[in-house]
Amino acid sequence: MPFLGRLTWADIPFDNPIEMGAVVFMGLVVAAVLGVVTYYRAWGYLWKEWITSVDHKRIGVMYIVLALVMLLRGFSDAIMMRTQQAMAFDNHPGYLPPGHYDQIFSAHGVIMIFFMAMPFMIGLMNIAVPLQIGARDVAFPFLNSISFWLTAVSVGLVNLSLAIGEFAKTGWLAYPPLSELQFSPGVGVDYYIWSLQISGIGTLLTGINFFVTILKMRCPGMTYMKMPVFVWTALCTNVLIMAAFPILTVTLALLTLDRYLGMHFFTNDLGGNQMMYVNLIWAWGHPEVYILILPAFGVFSEVVPTFSRKPLFGYASMVMATVAITFLSFVVWLHHFFTMGSGADVNAFFGITTMIIAIPTGVKIFNWLFTIFRGRVEFSTPILWTLGFMVTFTIGGMTGVMLAVPGADFVLHNSLFLIAHFHNVIIGGVVFGYLAGLAYWFPKAFGFKLNETWGKRAFWFWLVGFYVAFMPLYVLGFLGMTRRMNHYDNPAWTPWLEIACAGALLIMCGIICQVVQIYVSIRDRKNNIDLTGDPWNGRTLEWSVSSPPPFYNFAKTPVVHALDALEDLKTRGIVQQRDEAYEDIHMPRNTPAGFMIAVAAAVMGFALIWHIWWMAALGVLAGIATLIWRTCDDDIDYWVPASEVARIEGEHLERVEAGRATVPGRLFEVAGE
Amino acid sequence: MPDQVLTAHPEHGEHHGPGPNTVFGFWLYLMTDCILFATIFAAFAVSRHQYAGGPTGHDIFDLKYVGVETALLLISSVTYGFAMLSAFKGDRSLVMLWLGITFLFGLGFVGMEINEFSHLVAEGHGPDRSAFLSSFFTLVATHGTHVTLGLVWMMTLMLQLAIKKPPLEGVYMNRLMCLSLFWHFLDIVWICVFTFVYLMGV
Repeated sequence: MPFLGRLTWADIPFDNPIEMGAVVFMGLVVAAVLGVVTYYRAWGYLWKEWITSVDHKRIGVMYIVLALVMLLRGFSDAIMMRTQQAMAFDNHPGYLPPGHYDQIFSAHGVIMIFFMAMPFMIGLMNIAVPLQIGARDVAFPFLNSISFWLTAVSVGLVNLSLAIGEFAKTGWLAYPPLSELQFSPGVGVDYYIWSLQISGIGTLLTGINFFVTILKMRCPGMTYMKMPVFVWTALCTNVLIMAAFPILTVTLALLTLDRYLGMHFFTNDLGGNQMMYVNLIWAWGHPEVYILILPAFGVFSEVVPTFSRKPLFGYASMVMATVAITFLSFVVWLHHFFTMGSGADVNAFFGITTMIIAIPTGVKIFNWLFTIFRGRVEFSTPILWTLGFMVTFTIGGMTGVMLAVPGADFVLHNSLFLIAHFHNVIIGGVVFGYLAGLAYWFPKAFGFKLNETWGKRAFWFWLVGFYVAFMPLYVLGFLGMTRRMNHYDNPAWTPWLEIACAGALLIMCGIICQVVQIYVSIRDRKNNIDLTGDPWNGRTLEWSVSSPPPFYNFAKTPVVHALDALEDLKTRGIVQQRDEAYEDIHMPRNTPAGFMIAVAAAVMGFALIWHIWWMAALGVLAGIATLIWRTCDDDIDYWVPASEVARIEGEHLERVEAGRATVPGRLFEVAGE
Repeated sequence: MPDQVLTAHPEHGEHHGPGPNTVFGFWLYLMTDCILFATIFAAFAVSRHQYAGGPTGHDIFDLKYVGVETALLLISSVTYGFAMLSAFKGDRSLVMLWLGITFLFGLGFVGMEINEFSHLVAEGHGPDRSAFLSSFFTLVATHGTHVTLGLVWMMTLMLQLAIKKPPLEGVYMNRLMCLSLFWHFLDIVWICVFTFVYLMGV
């Protein structure tokens, strides 16, 4: 075996101008970022304050930055597919050869689900959950750091596949036998396996971490039925993560064993069973879509009452609907492959359970509508995303119920109708929800609001672009167009694909508006500054501290007496005083161990992809050694003296008073009476 | 209810003194591990009769050998129990003695498993022979890998106890408790392996 396993110079795609262009562009961006950091001599700051940080707010910000960067990457894949399909009819081959096109649609799905939606969701949880439950950090801050860095290095691996080797050509779930060694001998599937395996471990640790955090670290008085709905949805999502991600781990591991050790779990010969893979991957995959959507529901449940100036309608039913969806999500997986041939009884069972999910989801939609009803709705960006969601998601839900009819599914299976359906719920639900959450919690994380004008422009481009891009796909599904086609010869499809391409361009305008929005917001941050910590007249505890919050979150542990704890404090006129008596605060120290363990995991992953066995062993040993080194370190926490807390809080109160003179601080208008 | 929340709160971090969060979190991890094993058991259930013309369980399993292997692991659970009893009494050297004995039993178990595997592979009954053997090797080796990692952990803990001589409370008590949960959990998983794979396979 050569020193570098399978790796040779031929694995760098010098002969493919599109891939090489992307690699050069990626290299330039990385070089530019490194250059800026070096120019501002920010390496020490970055290392001390971010890379080694165990602060949930910092980790949350890093997750969301990662997600937004990967949104750009995943979207470039999307627009390449849409332009290819708009061009490639009759004798025109388009500009993407099949092998490259297959990698693009596989990478698009993998990136959007695992490296855009998941980090975005976990980032929002990191920023909001500990603050909403009145905690100083998550239960296991060090684990949180490991989780983030495992996700980050997996993102690195996926992007590396662009420059060195190839990515999977199998679709985002890598069904065997196509993904077996026999049909995919290259490194593409191995990049897929190891990037998902490493980030999956990170996600599992996050699930455990936040479950313990929510169960054990709520502030006094916050009983289960006084938790904000976002915390409830986060709790249910983490239950789903803990129950579903081990299945993904095993499924990928069995495929790995088939590919690396010649085993026969899913092969065509010697007793392998391909349908076992499909069952296993969807036993994870269906809960996964609820892992993504539940926190989005949670965001809407925070945004709607805040901007309608009313308590949420039907809190208890909202909680119960969330829990019901959590359970139901485990008994519907077979609807992803009604065509497997399980027979009418089995298909009917899973069809009915699938339709039942529409009931709790409908409950939620009505709860949000009734909250808005007769409220004084302020049409800010988060509420626009919410309204766009309610219309779009309902349509997507209805096409989902159509697909839940096994008979209809036999016709629509694998067609563009399906593609239209799941983009309808994922963009209309998950993406709109997270973008609403980003606009909503951005001022909490950074201390200034995002620019509203550009935010609204982005929303309208996204909304209109979505309908123009995906409604034609429903039509194309009925016209018989299957998914993942590189070229086709049916002229009736072309006009619809051209419309869809125009829709993708509109969404691109929306994304450009978002980039401009971030730039303008940072440039004009003095005009959008949030001095009070409560820019939206919020109802929950995260708005009771400064923006950005002090690293210890709460100078004094809050005591909760009602649902919407901050609203309760405001109505009772309870306000933070200058001369409060503070106590010393116990905090965890930053540590590089999480980052180092993840780097070791990345080395291991890269080495396994290329069969460089010595390097893989090195990665494993380095990871274990770092972990043991960390457990030998007893100096992992410290006390913040009460005087320091008093100083930080005093500065915050001064800013609040200054803010009252310039920006009317709503909290103090109410509470100061 | 608010009182329970009050008493539950003061913990906020895995290393912030003794407390239930670490053990609770680790117990949750074990539950996810349980799902991991359940999934492999499901794969085994699907593949267990897919011999593809190769050997069946009846042909290759030696129940006496596996019985001894099982006894080693079960006894190691008992000896770990003695280690915990010594820990509650605060007797560090006795804890290390019992951990050492547990370690040897665990090592014996892993050694016997490796021996069984190497014989099977040498006879041409390796994991690439049939779906049945793939799932057999995967299930048993996943358990064996867990035991091996448990041994690495046990060795680390013994060295830390020997070198740092920490009082048996707080962080170290948590670690002993977590490893204890892990060790007994692997015992339970092995009982399922022994039953479903070996006893029902011959």
